[in-house]
Amino acid sequence: MSTTVTLRIDGRNVTVEKFSTILDAARTLEIPIPTLCHHPDLVPYGGCRLCLVEIKGAPRPVASCTTFVKDGLEVTTSSPRLERLRKTTLELILSDHPRDCMTCERAGDCKLQELAYFYGIRDPRFEGERRIYRTKDKNPCIARDMEKCILCGLCVRVCDEIQGVAAIDFAYRGFRTMVTPPFERELDCEFCGQCVAVCPTGALTGAMWAQKGRQDMRDVETICPYCGCGCTLTLHIRRNEVIRVSSRRETLNEGWLCAKGRFGYEFIHRTDRLKKPLVRIVPKSEAAALVKSGWSHERAASFFREVSWDDALDLVAARLGEIKERHGSDAIGGISSARCTNEENYLFQKFIRGAIGTNNVDHCARY
Amino acid sequence: MSKEVLITVCTGTGGIASGGEDVLAAFREALSSAGITASCRERCRVQRVGCKGFCSQDVLVDVAVNGAITTYRKVRPDMVARIVSEHIVAGMPVAEWVVDGSYHAFHEKQKKVVLSHCGVIDPEEIQSYRAVGGYGAAERAVLSMTPEEIIAVIKRSRLRGRGGGGFPTGLKWELCARHTADTKYVVCNGNESDPGAFMDTSLMEGDPHSVIEGMIICAKAVGSHRGYIYTKAEYALAVKRLNRAIEHCYAAGFLGKGIFGSDFDFDVEVFPAPGAFVCGEATALLRSLEGKRGMPSAKIWRTAEKGLWNKPTVLNNVETFANIPKIIEKGSQWFSRLGTERSGGTKVFSLSGKVRNTGLIEVPIGTTLREIIFDIGGGIEGGKACKGVHIGGPTGGCIPAARFDMEVDYESLAQAGSMMGSGGMVVLDETSCIVDTTRFFVGVIQGESCGKCAPCRIGTKRMLEILERIAGGRAKEGDLELLEELAHSIRETSLCGLGMTAPNPVLSTLRYFRDEYEEHIRRKRCRAAVCKALLTYSVVESACTGCGACKRVCPADAIRGTRKKPHRIDANLCVRCGTCLDACKFNAIMKV
Amino acid sequence: MTNSIEEIEHHDVIFVIGSNTTETHPIIALRMKRAVRKGATLIVADPRKIDLVRFARLWLPLRPGTDSALLNAMMHVIIREGLIDRTFIDARTEGFEALRESLLDCSPEWAADVTGVPAGDIVRAARLYGNASHPGIYYTMGITQHSHGTENVFAIANLALMTGNLGKKSVGVNPLRGQNNVQGATDMGCIPDFLPGYQKVAVPEIRRKFEKAWGVTLSDRPGLTATDMVKAALSGTIRALYIMGENSVLSDPDRDRTIRALQGLDLLVVQDIFLTETAALADVVFPAACFAEKDGTFTNTERRVQRVRKAVEPPGEARDDARIIAELSGRFGFDLTYDSIEDVFREAGRLWPALAGITYRRIAKTGLQWPCPTRDHPGTRYLFKGSFPRGRAAFQTVRFRPPLELPDEDYPLLLSTGRHLFHYHTASMTGRVESLVRIEPKPYVEISAADAEALGILHGENVRVSSRRGAIELEARISARPIKGVVFIPFHYRDAAANALTHSALDPLSRIPELKVCAVKIERVAQSTATTRQKED
Repeated sequence: MSTTVTLRIDGRNVTVEKFSTILDAARTLEIPIPTLCHHPDLVPYGGCRLCLVEIKGAPRPVASCTTFVKDGLEVTTSSPRLERLRKTTLELILSDHPRDCMTCERAGDCKLQELAYFYGIRDPRFEGERRIYRTKDKNPCIARDMEKCILCGLCVRVCDEIQGVAAIDFAYRGFRTMVTPPFERELDCEFCGQCVAVCPTGALTGAMWAQKGRQDMRDVETICPYCGCGCTLTLHIRRNEVIRVSSRRETLNEGWLCAKGRFGYEFIHRTDRLKKPLVRIVPKSEAAALVKSGWSHERAASFFREVSWDDALDLVAARLGEIKERHGSDAIGGISSARCTNEENYLFQKFIRGAIGTNNVDHCARY
Repeated sequence: MSKEVLITVCTGTGGIASGGEDVLAAFREALSSAGITASCRERCRVQRVGCKGFCSQDVLVDVAVNGAITTYRKVRPDMVARIVSEHIVAGMPVAEWVVDGSYHAFHEKQKKVVLSHCGVIDPEEIQSYRAVGGYGAAERAVLSMTPEEIIAVIKRSRLRGRGGGGFPTGLKWELCARHTADTKYVVCNGNESDPGAFMDTSLMEGDPHSVIEGMIICAKAVGSHRGYIYTKAEYALAVKRLNRAIEHCYAAGFLGKGIFGSDFDFDVEVFPAPGAFVCGEATALLRSLEGKRGMPSAKIWRTAEKGLWNKPTVLNNVETFANIPKIIEKGSQWFSRLGTERSGGTKVFSLSGKVRNTGLIEVPIGTTLREIIFDIGGGIEGGKACKGVHIGGPTGGCIPAARFDMEVDYESLAQAGSMMGSGGMVVLDETSCIVDTTRFFVGVIQGESCGKCAPCRIGTKRMLEILERIAGGRAKEGDLELLEELAHSIRETSLCGLGMTAPNPVLSTLRYFRDEYEEHIRRKRCRAAVCKALLTYSVVESACTGCGACKRVCPADAIRGTRKKPHRIDANLCVRCGTCLDACKFNAIMKV
Repeated sequence: MTNSIEEIEHHDVIFVIGSNTTETHPIIALRMKRAVRKGATLIVADPRKIDLVRFARLWLPLRPGTDSALLNAMMHVIIREGLIDRTFIDARTEGFEALRESLLDCSPEWAADVTGVPAGDIVRAARLYGNASHPGIYYTMGITQHSHGTENVFAIANLALMTGNLGKKSVGVNPLRGQNNVQGATDMGCIPDFLPGYQKVAVPEIRRKFEKAWGVTLSDRPGLTATDMVKAALSGTIRALYIMGENSVLSDPDRDRTIRALQGLDLLVVQDIFLTETAALADVVFPAACFAEKDGTFTNTERRVQRVRKAVEPPGEARDDARIIAELSGRFGFDLTYDSIEDVFREAGRLWPALAGITYRRIAKTGLQWPCPTRDHPGTRYLFKGSFPRGRAAFQTVRFRPPLELPDEDYPLLLSTGRHLFHYHTASMTGRVESLVRIEPKPYVEISAADAEALGILHGENVRVSSRRGAIELEARISARPIKGVVFIPFHYRDAAANALTHSALDPLSRIPELKVCAVKIERVAQSTATTRQKED
């Protein structure tokens, strides 16, 4: 039995794997079909109804994301009728969506906004009630503005199908349907933020993103500073500040991150970062006592005075030299970091071995 | 004196609501108390039965003396003593309490197949079902028929899904039987949710064994060993009687390991579901049965191939299963001849609304609406004009009186813009407002939308809002066109059957009663005088005696006038509550 | 890891032992969950009912420190039931007979006694693993942080070797590296006995190669591990320590001993991004750049070298570590300045062929897994295909030995330490991220309901946990996770440093401390706050 299927989309032949959807097939031809609820890593859903296409001989349009290809199928992805239906559906969605793109964190990065733009919908014809949710979820990581939720179900599905947590689901019926943690409690989950990553609108955003900027951003791709998974992070930078972290789907981690990777970047810009070389001015016993109990960062800082780089480096070089002279190279040891780069680790051991002259070099792999 | 007496008391939901259990207890007590001769007592049995159909006459009691049945209507416990003493002891029926001609008219044109045991046998005792030949069909199917034979019989019978979709049952079974899998399921859809529909519930309550027997036959046909009856937890009586029936079946060896002494195993359990309209939809029902939220999903796979827990599954409606034993028993030819060319058998409807005789009816498929509404239903009370009938539940459509000669069938209903649906029929007369009725049904649909797809979730809300505007006198030109476009769009874009059919009440009424909508919008008039906002209450000066009764009861202080002089209603203050209309003894208040 | 992260989802059996994967390697855990969804069987051996157990067919709740008994018994069953891979054993290993004999008395019943895992479950686990076509073993510090950690690792290797489960796609043994660049730091020779690329310092030819490349004479004396350096500092043989990006005070076992050691040094230089507890003890502190402020590479747990890019400028006068080292080195007359940071990487590649094929340009989009010897080499997905570095792999007989400090009358509970999902290590970074702090603000000790009841401890009340080395006060959390007799404390918190309690016993070979097992006792404190807390809960 053949494992491929050939069909015609907008007059072009395409051959794809069996059990592909029409949407998959259209995307291999780079034919754009609008979607709001589709994600290639999740089970097809068919909720937004924007990906409707016409199949020759079928009485009504079908959702291309939930229809398998068949040999000889003739598919039309755009026609006046389809565009009219899509526009009506979009107008319906927009009729129950706040028009506050001016202050929305996702403006410019919002799939709904983009579709409204392409379909030229400024004022939807269907005015009516909007869902209003007065209470806001106070969890520390994920800002949940459910008035902006279009119920595409991506967050619900990613939480279940990818993360295996199922912290949220749909509740209520009809127009009152909403996505919520059990019993409408506050979100209490792993805070991986996969839901934030897949949300097409501003309904789910990082709580720490608020008013940090939407334009003049620069993206830098790098590697997560935490565990050994080695996830690729995209840092979003505005004016020398990391204001958001995301990850592309085309990465080793497929765009999925954990709470630390996605939300744990604030330390970079903490004011208590070390900014100048320091030299001790009080006896070590005071520091030892402080470490054992009643730690305070201010007190710890008061044990030191700031010096210039040259002074600090000269001092260290001189003292190390002395010790080496008096006790030999092996009286000196270097402990490196599993959180520093390969290059830095290479240089560190080269320094210890080459300049100090000892093999007393190790790092923290054992803890 | 040697008499065989059988007293059957309706204890369906309707019967119980009217006091059936009390009547039953009263009969038992009356018969066991002094005054009844011992010989009489021995031969006298009192039995609970399921719904007898004619619910508006409940509690219905049949008294059969030596086989001669007398039916009493609207029996209350305090009537029991007299029935016992005069009829049973003295042999003289209490004529004034016996049902009248309408009762016979109600039954005359019906053909009871599925309901043949309902209201006759005791649903809580398996012997009662056995006594009318119950489980004979299942035994035969399990012991002496091959799956292919069973499927062939069902296919020839032209039985189609009674849940409303009308998919040929035999074909459905065949598709499932064809798939090989370690596990297959037989699921019975008892999630009847339409307002005013109680066919399936009555069956589960009145003849639970027929449903189980149908499932056993299906299991044998498709090679399944596990069945579920999905019904709503709130149908407590149905759940109770089904569970009791299942318990009896296990005891009798009709369920469990090696049923009927064969090597075939089949287990059935009842799943009392949380209860949602949308869970009647196949995919939603299966998700719900799996313990997830009941939301429909795109039918990427046929249920027969990947249904419950992704295993091949037969999902049939209660009424469909209840038909199966009869088909096996009496043959496919007998069954197919009952119906039309495309569809065999009968269909149960629940008849309600502005019709004289309301209740549960069963007619051969192909019976005309006129026969159903006027012959069985007895027409409209008070000689009012009939406007139409809404068929198929909230997502069904309205068929105008002018088309009542139409034969009821899956295809004809669909062509007329309605559908068989679950078989609810709500009759409308001239005092029913089309806009208001449509608004009611769309309101039900909106409240029951699962929320998954935008057209249904938001679209039905916007339809409802437009209908509310029309009913509220706030509609503007263009609203009707917008409503119509929206309705078409929802039909074309919705994900599941509920969404696709959600616009039916709107589209069918726009098709047949557009003038009534236009009248609401342009003339701000509701001809049925239902839409409050469009009503005006006024005083007919010639009839008003100036008694002041209306003025005293008006909660809005909208009525002015001096004693003995005609009063006036200030339309600006009037809240159109109708209290004055009720209070006036001289018919001097007019509602337009 | 001998396999790649991508291969995880193609396992048919995944055996996770001593790894709380969903919390310590969340993204790798996603792949495991996906494998389970695709039909793989997951077996989890852990003294706590960790989150991953939700996805497992079998949970083996073993007592901490009894891993080798469990593994030996599994092998006993595998041999008894003929599930070994004879061809693989004959072709690629040596020493099987000795191992087989040593396992004769390791019956599941014996192991059940030692580990607390029902014998039937040990047999089931052995059969599942032994019959699998694509099994993978995953472990982390739950295996290694023991006084006999190396033996645990040997036992895992024995299990994989006797079933031939190594050196194939989606078949292998996978230690998950804890920190983002542990792999890289080790690769780069930040270990006393190896120069970059696991090239032995003790071998003269290797030394000569590096001496030539670096233009210096290298010491042939073996160096000390970090744990031994602390010891040597205590005894006075080490007089100066240069610590780059490491918070030893909180991460090393027996905190007070670590403090004593660092306090006694003539010179302590700490280079870090924050004034950590370790930096507070330093004589000189160098302010360094964090990951977002520099260029370079990290090597993840699957040996994948990936690009780190500078995104923002470091604060104040903070400098990247490479520059600090170079400046310091220059003062010793040893030039470590390079035109670009990639030159450093290139130099490493020249000295270690496994990296030779990797350039920054090649890993601009996606990293490459070493070995990658040439510019057109695609990288290596899984190791030991067809052969082992030493030729035949040797079975190592492992005799179960209990941990060094076990619960007794005075200290009746067994303490295990580790991480949780929301903080990282000593929390010098995550402890400064407000959102993460709000999720898990306080230290706590996880205790089973049975133990809590016996001690009269309420959920949420403050308790004092003490060992022979120290005591801390923290909140008690009654949890379904730990088995009876075991308590767990995350070591992220300064205010109740778990390592004030832990034991500094080391594995004789790897010099890894026994952080997973020590004996403690728990007492109630501050009754009044406890009752109010209970109400809130």
